[in-house]
Amino acid sequence: MLYIKCPHCGMRSQNEFSYGGDASVKRPELNKEVSDQDWDNFVYNRKSLRGKHWELWQHISGCRQWIKVERDTATHEIFKTLKADEEISL
Amino acid sequence: MTQSFRLNDVGLINREKKLSFKFNGVTYYGYEGDTLASALIANGIHLVGRSFKYHRPRGFFGAGVDEPYAIVQLYRNGETEPNVKATEQELFEGLEAKSVNCWPSVNFDIGAINNFLKIFLPAGFYYKTFMWPKSFWYKVYEPFIRKAAGLGVASTKHDKERYEHKYEYCDLLIAGSGPSGLASAYAAAKNGARVILAEDKSRFGGTLLTSDVNIGNQTGKEWADGIISELKEMPNVTVKNRSQVFGYYDHNMLVMSERISDHLPSTKKFHPKQRLWYIRAKEVLISSGSIERPLVFGNNDTPGVMLSSAAKEYLKVYGVLVGKKPLIFTNNDSGYETAIEFKKNGVDPIILDTRKDPQSEIVDEAKNLGIEIKFSYVVVAAQGYKKVKSADISKISDDKEQLSTIENIKCDCICVSGFWTPTIHLASQSGNKTQFKEEIDAFIPGESKQNEKTLGAANGIYTLDETLKSSFEAGNELSKKITNTENKVSFPNVVEKKSTVHDKFWCVPLPKGKNYKRFLDFQNDVAVSDIEIALREGYRSIEHVKRYTTLGMATDQGKTSNLNGLQLVSKIENKVVPAVGHTTFRPPYTPVSIGAIVGREVGKHSKPTRKSPMHYWHEKNNAVFVDAGVWLRPRYYKQGNETLFEGSKREAKNVRSNVGVCDVTTLGKIDIKGPDAAELLNRVYTNAWLKLPVGKARYGVMLREDGIVMDDGTTTRISENHYHMTTTTAQAANVLSHLEYYLQLVWPDLNVNVVSSTEQWAGAAIAGPKSRDLLHKLFPNSDVSNEGLPFMGYMEGDLFGVKARIFRISFSGELAYEVNVESDYGNFMWEKIMEIGEEFKIQPYGTEALSTLRIEMGHVAGSELDGRTIPYDNSLEGLLSKKKDFIGKRSLTREAFTAEDRQKVVGVVPLDKKTSIPEGSHLVKDSKAALPNPKLGYISASCWSVEYDNPFSLAILKDGKNMIGEKLFVMSPLKNKVIPVEIVSSHYVDPKGERVRS
Ligand SMILES: [Zn+2]
Repeated sequence: MLYIKCPHCGMRSQNEFSYGGDASVKRPELNKEVSDQDWDNFVYNRKSLRGKHWELWQHISGCRQWIKVERDTATHEIFKTLKADEEISL
Repeated sequence: MTQSFRLNDVGLINREKKLSFKFNGVTYYGYEGDTLASALIANGIHLVGRSFKYHRPRGFFGAGVDEPYAIVQLYRNGETEPNVKATEQELFEGLEAKSVNCWPSVNFDIGAINNFLKIFLPAGFYYKTFMWPKSFWYKVYEPFIRKAAGLGVASTKHDKERYEHKYEYCDLLIAGSGPSGLASAYAAAKNGARVILAEDKSRFGGTLLTSDVNIGNQTGKEWADGIISELKEMPNVTVKNRSQVFGYYDHNMLVMSERISDHLPSTKKFHPKQRLWYIRAKEVLISSGSIERPLVFGNNDTPGVMLSSAAKEYLKVYGVLVGKKPLIFTNNDSGYETAIEFKKNGVDPIILDTRKDPQSEIVDEAKNLGIEIKFSYVVVAAQGYKKVKSADISKISDDKEQLSTIENIKCDCICVSGFWTPTIHLASQSGNKTQFKEEIDAFIPGESKQNEKTLGAANGIYTLDETLKSSFEAGNELSKKITNTENKVSFPNVVEKKSTVHDKFWCVPLPKGKNYKRFLDFQNDVAVSDIEIALREGYRSIEHVKRYTTLGMATDQGKTSNLNGLQLVSKIENKVVPAVGHTTFRPPYTPVSIGAIVGREVGKHSKPTRKSPMHYWHEKNNAVFVDAGVWLRPRYYKQGNETLFEGSKREAKNVRSNVGVCDVTTLGKIDIKGPDAAELLNRVYTNAWLKLPVGKARYGVMLREDGIVMDDGTTTRISENHYHMTTTTAQAANVLSHLEYYLQLVWPDLNVNVVSSTEQWAGAAIAGPKSRDLLHKLFPNSDVSNEGLPFMGYMEGDLFGVKARIFRISFSGELAYEVNVESDYGNFMWEKIMEIGEEFKIQPYGTEALSTLRIEMGHVAGSELDGRTIPYDNSLEGLLSKKKDFIGKRSLTREAFTAEDRQKVVGVVPLDKKTSIPEGSHLVKDSKAALPNPKLGYISASCWSVEYDNPFSLAILKDGKNMIGEKLFVMSPLKNKVIPVEIVSSHYVDPKGERVRS
């Protein structure tokens, strides 16, 4: 079970969180033209990386904040966690 | 029966307390502090079971967790448990155990015929034989394998025992209480660290209980006892015996199973049988010791052949002799220690040492005691069937290839020592890549992957002095980093006997003309010849060899067999052992009861049960409940002998003709506040929200980004910046997360707060033509007329002194209202509604009537919004705003979503107006078409229309828009039904929606 540092609450066990996918995906702005390809990429296409990966988790059984977690998908090592409004550096 | 193999004054058992127990129906006696194994051996019992494949007689091989043979079926307090190791099961008064793998009895076992047919059962036998003919699989092979296989019988009864889970945090978790565990725990505890010390046996001390050493002028055991009692007094230390750390998971999470009651005749009231600990440790010290390796020779699985360390443990801990004419067969000094203990207790052993001329203190001591030692000697084969009677021995040449003349000597046990294998399982599970240590012919942990360190014998350190020194050091260093405190303990003086190097020889060659089985894996009956076959047949990877031969795959996971298997492969392949590699160590290290893994989450406790504030009223009024997610909801209120069908029909009819009330507390509710609340709703719902006036409700649909409908519900504007959103019961949690996602990550600029208020409000839906009349009486001071509270209107009211929210919304399609009060007043509200509603013939209605009402009205719900449908499919396209963007809108332009013949919700009526249509059935054009019959759609929900008194269903149908009036067939192969049907509008009752506005 992973041990995740919630930037708001501190170190908490994985069972307090729910996984939310790739944190690097940016939703296209509302009311703007989006090409089929861009929309397709946003909705469906994910890289499924092996290695370092920025991902979203929500601390659902804690502060309910969405957070960003940099994790190695192969070793589960967690390098860094950020609040929702903090930018990730890819 | 007498305990004729029990010594009078040796051991740690309590001779004051005699215990009786039964094995295979015969009563024996042992003492408090015995294991089932030690008590049986004390009684001279060495035949305890039959082997897995050949049904060869099985005795005892070890004295603890590594035991491959002595697996029994245990009977305790009316329950039975399989796969219990006799070497681990502590004796209690009235214990009963039986042998496994034998029929009709352990003494005469029919399966043993396999032993004589073993030519047919070599490596890969199962793969080769049971493949053909295919038809034989179910009738012949599977029943045969099922009968032959298994290590006991699982109980089919509900386990009455209680199992607990516990979460714990500590600075240092120390797995194993031998010398390294005690030393490191002591040093860390002195520095103030929070320490958990876990020992899998009932006694602390590990090898200190059996080895002849001196620490600080005390015996090893005295020193261990002193340390343990000091640790137990310290508030920062948790000391646990009977606790096996069996798994090392990510981020230093370890799992330990504590056997709290297994050693007692029955579990004490309010006590669990076992407790599973999830321990998050800052640092882990693995002090799991090492396991002695077998030597391999002919018939080395005969009862009476056992590890020399086990023989020593039975003697020193339990005061039990494993034999009175012991033969010690060793390639290192450890065998001598066992021989010396025998000699000291008046038994004359003979030592066969594979080495030519070893020089050490221990060897000298054995010589001085007058023990007979034969150097350069090996056991060629054990003789005897159910128990060792003698041994064929021989001198062996210096190159270990040639045997000399075979001699036969009488003996009643053969204690073997093939040196020691570090127990590296936990380290390996942590991700540590192991390394091969040539001096000990075994793997030890390599570079640490997580915060773990392996100490003492588990790390290949076999001297006590070095073990204690490095363990004190490790405990001190790691803890002081955490606590910033250092209270160094003075290091005790250690006296131990020096030993010399072991012989790398471990597998005795077969004598000419003999075909003895030489076993590597004792639990799965894997012999040297099986490995040879596997390699001959081309298996190379050790993982493949393992699976083909089943080496190391039994419940003991090859604790005694793995390394010898590797050595054999390396010898045949002419590769060094590290090049062969080892198979993966996976948790659990030892078998763990399913009960412990499940914990308290059994039956009703497998998930929380949520009940509305009106639950007990429902109960008192004969509600039949149904699970709705984690909620319990009344399905119908049973009157007399009514069936579900009859009851729900009555309730639904009453709503259509009078008035009914339904508990809708379970609906998800989200309180939304902030100046940008309307903007948020406008973005997440498909329709327009910016102009909703205060005091009005609106129905809304939200999509996922892929255009699929996520949820629907009404949202009401309570005041300027305050909204009350409702969601379906099932999606409540997901919708809240969804809103939080957009507010926190996508539109942080929106000034809105959302919070769940599901628990805060109790809700009652009042529906039916007489609902307004009832409302007038419930709220005499409020204007609830059609003008005062029009359809989709909202007002606050006073319910006999209780503040209430009144929404004019309808799910049933009738004139209807929903009243909410704070949860604590829910029951008050409900009783008032029932009391005042009596004159209007009010009846409560459950979820079944609720479904009937919404289905015949064509209102879509969870069964249509099933995560596969878009708004159009549900005839909700009218709610898609063309003027604004919203979540998921862009996806709706996808080709499949805009296809001309896109699926759409329709109504389905059987032509005979009688036959009920099973939900999930398929719709087809031609019921007799060749398979696969093209599917046009599926039945999403079915009911008995109370309006028309015939069955009615909703379906999602391809090109549904153009199918009204078509005749199709409903097919349910599961229920073996073919029903001719007509497709009608999904709005079966009141298609113009006049009633809700009336
Ligand atoms: Zn948090």
